[in-house]
Parts: sequence; C-alpha cells; structure tokens
Amino acid sequence: MTKLISRRNVLRSTTLGGAAALPLPFLDCFLDNSGKALAATGAALPHCFGTWWQGLGLTPGRWIPDKAGKDYENKAELKMFDRYKHRINIISGTKYFLDGRPLETHTTGWQIASQGGIPTGVNSGPSLDSTIADTIGKNTRFRSLEISLDGSRASYSKRAGSASNPSEPSPLGLYTRIFGPGFKDPNAADFTPDPAVVLRRSVLSYVTDERKSMMSQLGATDKARLDQYFSGLRQIEQQLDIELQKPAPLAACTVPGKVDETKTGREVGEVVASNKLMSKLVAQALACGQTRVFNVVIGANGLRQPGSQQNWHMLTHEEPVDDRLGFQKETTWFIEWANQQFVDFIGQLDAMKEGDGSVLDRVVMLWQTDHGYARTHTMDALPILTVGNAGGRLRTGLHVPANGDPATRVGLTIQQAMGVSLKNWGLLSNETSKTVTEILA
Amino acid sequence: MSLSRTLSVFLGCTALMACAPAAKQTATAPAVAKAPAQTAAFTPGEMVMRRLSGEQYQNIVADVFGPSIELGGRFEPDLRVGGLLAVGAGTVSITAVGMEQFDAMARNIATQVVSDKNRALMIPCKPADVKAADDACVGIFMTRVGELLYRRPLTEAELKSYIGVAHLAADATKDFYAGLSTSLAAMLSSPKFLFRQELVTANTDGTYSLDAYSKASQLSFFLWNSIPDLPLLAAARKGELGTRAGVAKQVDRMMASPRLEHGVRAFFTDNFGFDEFNGLTKDAVLFPKFSAQAANDAQEQTLRTIVDLLLKNRGDYRDIFTTKKTFLTQELGAIYQVPVVDESPNGAPDAWLPFEFAKDDPRGGILTQMSFTSLHSPPGRGSPTLRGKALREVLLCQKVPAPPAAVKFDIVQDTNNPVYKTARDRLNAHASNPVCAGCHKIIDPLGLALENFDGAGAFRTTEQGVKIDTSGALDGVKFTGAAELGKAVHDNPATTACLVNRLTSYAVGREVKDTAWLEALKTSFAATGYRLPDLMHAIATSDAFFTVAAPKTQTASAQ
Repeated sequence: MTKLISRRNVLRSTTLGGAAALPLPFLDCFLDNSGKALAATGAALPHCFGTWWQGLGLTPGRWIPDKAGKDYENKAELKMFDRYKHRINIISGTKYFLDGRPLETHTTGWQIASQGGIPTGVNSGPSLDSTIADTIGKNTRFRSLEISLDGSRASYSKRAGSASNPSEPSPLGLYTRIFGPGFKDPNAADFTPDPAVVLRRSVLSYVTDERKSMMSQLGATDKARLDQYFSGLRQIEQQLDIELQKPAPLAACTVPGKVDETKTGREVGEVVASNKLMSKLVAQALACGQTRVFNVVIGANGLRQPGSQQNWHMLTHEEPVDDRLGFQKETTWFIEWANQQFVDFIGQLDAMKEGDGSVLDRVVMLWQTDHGYARTHTMDALPILTVGNAGGRLRTGLHVPANGDPATRVGLTIQQAMGVSLKNWGLLSNETSKTVTEILA
Repeated sequence: MSLSRTLSVFLGCTALMACAPAAKQTATAPAVAKAPAQTAAFTPGEMVMRRLSGEQYQNIVADVFGPSIELGGRFEPDLRVGGLLAVGAGTVSITAVGMEQFDAMARNIATQVVSDKNRALMIPCKPADVKAADDACVGIFMTRVGELLYRRPLTEAELKSYIGVAHLAADATKDFYAGLSTSLAAMLSSPKFLFRQELVTANTDGTYSLDAYSKASQLSFFLWNSIPDLPLLAAARKGELGTRAGVAKQVDRMMASPRLEHGVRAFFTDNFGFDEFNGLTKDAVLFPKFSAQAANDAQEQTLRTIVDLLLKNRGDYRDIFTTKKTFLTQELGAIYQVPVVDESPNGAPDAWLPFEFAKDDPRGGILTQMSFTSLHSPPGRGSPTLRGKALREVLLCQKVPAPPAAVKFDIVQDTNNPVYKTARDRLNAHASNPVCAGCHKIIDPLGLALENFDGAGAFRTTEQGVKIDTSGALDGVKFTGAAELGKAVHDNPATTACLVNRLTSYAVGREVKDTAWLEALKTSFAATGYRLPDLMHAIATSDAFFTVAAPKTQTASAQ
C-alpha cells in the first residue's frame, strides 16, 4: 500500500455527490400496474436462480417416470411434486464421469454437479451458482445467499477451490444479514444515507489499495487466493454502494418481523422448522430485490429421527432391502420427507405474490444430488430436477431421459438460460457443449 | 496532542507483551534440555501465506487490546489438509461472506477500543481537540498497534495512509475518536493483518530465509498461537534473529512463558480435530447425560491431561496413552460413573479436580476419554470402525482408504440383529467380504478394544446382554482391552513419528515432506525421552524452520 486514500473519494461519498455514478439496484423505477414489469422500461422483473442440494439420491424404480415428454406420471418418490408438475422438469439417466480418478463417496458427485468436474487445485473453477451470480447478481446487495437447513455451515457454492461460500445455518442469522442493519426498505417514504456506511465504504477503498504491494511478493497460488479476498471485498463495496442509494419501490416487498432464535440441528423436526423460516426469508429477499441467487443445503450428512441409532446416511448403507416392499423402507421415508421439504420451499416462493403471479414465476431452481443410488454409491442414473421457468426462459412440465449423458448438460443448460456466456462446461468426460434443448425456451 | 500516562500500561500490559513477571514465567515450564536437530541437508518447502485462524484472531485481539473486547462476529469454516487446520490455513481464502464478518468485527473492535470506557487505557495520547483530527496522536497509536497487528513496523507510506484515513474521517464526523476508530477498522480488515505473509531474503543456494519479522511470527504463532511480543519484535529489529544463538535465546524465553500452554493447547486441539465438536450431537433419548457442557468438558479434560503430563511434569509423550491421571468435573464424573466430589458452593462453575483411575481399571489414557470415544461415534451409538480409523489416521498418521463403491453394508451395524449381537459379530460378518476385509482388518480391532465405551463415552461391559470382547492386536502386538491397546499405541514407533510429523507441519503451515529434517527431529525426540517441550524447542531452533523454497509462478492446473 503506497497510496494515500483519496480525499475526493471520501468527500464524494459523504456528500453523496457520487451516488449517481454508482451502479443502481435492479429497480430504478416503479413497477407497472400488474406488478410484473418495470413501468419505465416495460422490462420484466429480473430472473433469479436457486439450488437445492440434497444428498443420497433416490431409489431406483421409485422415481423415473415410465413416459418421456409431457404426460408422465410421478412415481412414489416424486409424487409430492404433483401440485407443481407443470412447473417442473425431471431429467433422468445422467452420469458423473470419474475419468480414472478415485471416487470420494459423497464428495466427488457434489464436485461434478457444482463445478462440472473434479477440482485439481486451489485455483479450480467456481461452482455454477457463482458463475450465474457473477452474471445476474452484480447489482444486488448480496451477490448470492447460502443457507443450510441442518445447522451446519456446509456449502457446495464455491468462488474457487480455496474459497467456499459458507452457509448461514441460523434463521435469525439470515434475517439479520438480510433485513438487519443495512437493509433499506424500498417502500419507505424517506431515504437518508447512513453516514456510517459512507465511512465504511471509504475504509474498504483504502484496504483495496493494499493489493498491489502484497501481490508482488506472492507465488501464483497465493496470488489467486489474495485475488479471492479482494473479490470478496469488492462485493462488500458493492453492497455498501447499494445501501447508499434510495431503492426503487417494490410493491411485493414486505419487510418481515424479526424471527426468533431457534435451535438448529440434524433432527428432522429442526430441519422442518428451519426450512419454514428460511424459505420465507429467501422469498422475501427476492421480492425485496436483495439478491437474485440463493443456494440451499438441506443436510450435508447425518439427518436423523430423534431416538434413532442410525441417521439417513447410515440407513442407506445398512438398512436391508425389505423383501416384501422391494426397497429400503426407512431410507425411502427420508427421501420422501426431504423431497417434501423442497416442495414446501418452492411453496413459499409461490406464496410470495408479485402482481398476479408470484416470485416463483421468475425463478429457476436446480435440484441435484451426489449419488444416483446412495446404498451402493452409484454415479449414474442420476435424478435432476428443475423447478420454475425463470420468467419464460425454460419450458417446463417435461420428463427428459438423458441416456447416460453427463449430468453437466443440465448445468450448462441452466447457465445459458440465466444469461451466462458459455458454450461448453465441465472437465474431461464431464465436459459438454450439448444443452438439454427440450427444456430451453 | 498530549501524551497520556497510560502509555506504559498499554504497551506493558494490555498488549501483554512485557508485563508478565519472570518468576511466574518459569512456573509451568521447567527449563528444556537443548536438543539441536540441525541437519546439513534439508529440502525446504514452498513458502505459504496463511489465513489467521479464528482462535489466532481472538488471541491477537485479546493480546493487543485486552480480553474484555468482544468480537461480535464469527469466522469462516476452516479447511483440514493433511490432518491439520493449520495446513489448510495455507490453502483457503476469504469469501464475501467471510469478509462481511471480518468487516463487522473490525468495526466492532475499533468502536470498543476508542469507547469512553477504554480510550484512557488503550490510547496512549489525547487529542488536542476531540472534535478535530490530530495526526500526531493517531501516529503514535497506529505506529504501536500497527507493529503488533502487522507483526512488523509499518512502512512510512502505510502509516501516512492510516493517519490520512483517520484525518479524513475525523473531518467528516467532527470526532477525533470516530476518525481513529475508522482507521483502526481499516487495519483490522487489511489482508496484511488477516493473512500471514512470509517475507523472505534470498540465499546463495537458491533457497530463501524468512526475514527477521517473519521469523518472529513463525516462532510466536508456533509457540504461542499469537503475535510476537514486544521483546521478540525488538530482537527482530536489532537483527538478533539472524543468528542461531539469537533465535535460541528467544525460544528459551518464549518457552519459559505461561503462553507456551496456549500454543500446546492450540496444536492438540487442531491435531485431535476438536473443531468437530461444534457439529457433534448425541441423541438426547439414548444418551441423556451427553450435554453441551459435557462436550466442552471432554475437550478440556484431554487438554488438561496433556498439559499436566507433558508441560508441567515434562513427561514422556507416549504416556498420554497410558496415564491413569486426569482431571474431571462432576459432569464428566456422571458419564464416567466415578465419584467426583466438588465442594464448590452451589451455582459455581464445575470445578476441575484431579482424578486417578485404579491401576487395573480399563480407563486410562486419552483413547478412553470422551474426547476420543464420543467424537468418533455417530449420534446414536458407538462405532469401532470410526474409532479405529481415527486412531490410525490421527495418532499414527496412517491413511485409511475410503470404502469402495457398491458395497453392501446391510449387516454392519444392525444392532437389533438377533444373530449378530455385538459390534464384533456384525463387523466380522461384514468383513467376510474380501473387498472390505483389507481395511477393516487394520481398523476394526483397534475400535473394538474401545467397545467398553458407548457412543457418548460411558463405560459398559455388555452389549445386548452379551459380554463385550475387547481383545485384538495392533500391528502384531496383542491386547486384551483398552488399557493394553493404550500400551500398544504407546510402544508403536508410528506414534512418536506421527507426532513429529504433525507438529512440524503445524509449525510451518504445510505438509512437511523433508525426510532429512523429520529424521533429525525424530532422533532428537527419542534422545530426550520423548519430551514435547524439547521437540518444540528443536523445531523452533532448526534452520529448516526458517527456510523456504520459492513459490511456483504458475498455479496448479485450473479446474
């Protein structure tokens, strides 16, 4: 660091004379009467992206619909999605390719699902949600929000191999982050920039100046790590820039009351309680223009029923297949329970009304898992779901069999639909340039 | 600006550095035997930039500003590499979420430092006018604090910038202390504070030596898990760390400090994976005695056992696996089912009382402590496989391969199975599968020896009414139960080699592959009767500890 902080920067901020030069939040004007588009430009409300990471797969024979295309019927493990069937796509039969690398069970699958391949170093690529966030989330207060429903900070969202975006496990923590200090109600009559935010912005500008002096003394790997630090810093600067502007009114934005401190953990009741609170907060964050990208981990490992010696993961391996039923009874209970949590989550997005529609109308969510059949750690016959059409960017209501293609086809398709300029995605055999054309609008 | 009389207090005590009386310093750590572990030929590892750990950040704030300062934030999850978070610290970065927290903590800390309550103690000068900037006072404060937080003196340009930040912020707010707070928050958010960057000087043989201040940090984070104190910084400034004698003098002084215990605790907390306790749950119905308090006490019990044996009594490292002496609270006594008579008044925190198991009691040594048996068990039961795997990987540094895909586990631990009543029966049945047998043969016997301890660590002798068989063998050495397993681990050469390897990797923040250095350390460790302080001394005075190779200019192949 050799540069003295610019007096002009501070003064510009303190007088707010520079505010007009800063990037504006996505809404700089009023919604039209229908609440579906911006009145000034007629542009639709911005599309959003979310992930739902649910490990431990599904059960063969209990989910792949018999029929491809439109008029399929959901089987037992996807039956709970019937209500949203017309807004969902099921992609069956994809694979994760190992290319001779060892299978790290319950890890490798996530890496391929999120990063398109098995990472090879700290400078490995970002997860697809980060790429999408860099495309659509730059002008929102939070480039993305990561949450977990099991009380852990586990996350599959990565800026790079050495920078994993940790999940927020607490509903109160999530509330405070979004709607606590720093939140500006877009529908408030008055707006006064907070002088403390102005000062914070100045401080961060100063820290940014330190980059050059450090970089010259680092190797390539550490340079990449330091770059990630400064990338994080820039995101905070953008948050502050946004907090210093008067947000445009958003009719659908309702500011929630403070949520109570709750006990989080891996018991199913705790997960249900977290999901109820956090899904609503995410819906409100989208309606209030705070973010356009979110990631949900339902449980990294160890979800369990109180009083049980075994958790879901242990059951997948240790529970015998019931002779009469032909499947693992307790394991499938967990699968159906977890899928119901996802239905409840999207239900909250749908319950958040915007004009004559809902927040869900402008969202696409991607449901992915780590193994096709967790009992034997299979890496093929993977289930993948997409929910929502992101404001008309996807066709929905389809079952698309993929016949052994890489699962990355779906990730590529979604990234393209979100506006990422990307021709192909993935590593080695997981690389593909083939989108799932059936679902692209 | 007028200099306050509190200057000496700040520098002497809240910055902790110089105020601990020498008499007390020697109370917990008797003088160490010198055991030089220099080796003529060693291969230095690549230099590494480490992110401060949450505990280090906390220690630094407490060391510089006093223990009353609250952080008001939390840290990004750490990453374990090569068995250690300290090595993972050299691979992780800081994300936007993490930066939000560091930013919030920096502001929170800075606000407390300049608060009405603390400013007289922590700021060694007073501004001429509290409503205006005072560059001279800021300069005094930032020079002192900067040297501690950056672990080296600020450059002239850096100091000028921090004075500039404070000046402009004071102008904007018409408040000297708001200005100072803004500048301090900037320093606490700086990558130069949050990352430990190794600064080096080139040697003639193509290697690099840490510069004097990086050497000071290398020593203090290893031995104290915090920043260098003022005498150590002074030694760096005077060039005293440029000689072996100068380094040894500082190492001797640091090892005589009570802070050595912080460093020892930090290493074992990392090495034993105690961070995993944060996510550890036990079923409340099955294990009603396992509480959050018990989980905390479990870690503390092991750390107290180790500190007492290895530091206070300069015992043999291997004895941590056999010692019958420990410390218990009433909470732990209830789980271990031993009487712990606490005569503290009602409402007082649980007292730690020394306790010694009988010679023939199967309990004894850290393997039988809750911090091992409960940590390596799932929420609803014990697990011989997890415990055996942990013993191999954590304490013997032997990597156990991941289970193969497509394996049937049905029978492994169906605890209601009428035929296979004990964990041994079920594992034997499972390990009859040749794909599984290879690994289970080397891990299960070790875990089965600990089957007298249930998933929460409580003692038991039967499972489903059948007497538990705890016999087995470790690398050919037979044992009949937990006590003899402890003796087998005590006598296994991998045990001490593993400690040398882990402690050295912990010290330098990367996986040490230099066999020459490790061999020299192992030899000196054995020669001193496996005394931990002597091993730490040997590492801290090795040339290899301060020597690095140039970093690669190209990153590992991207994604």
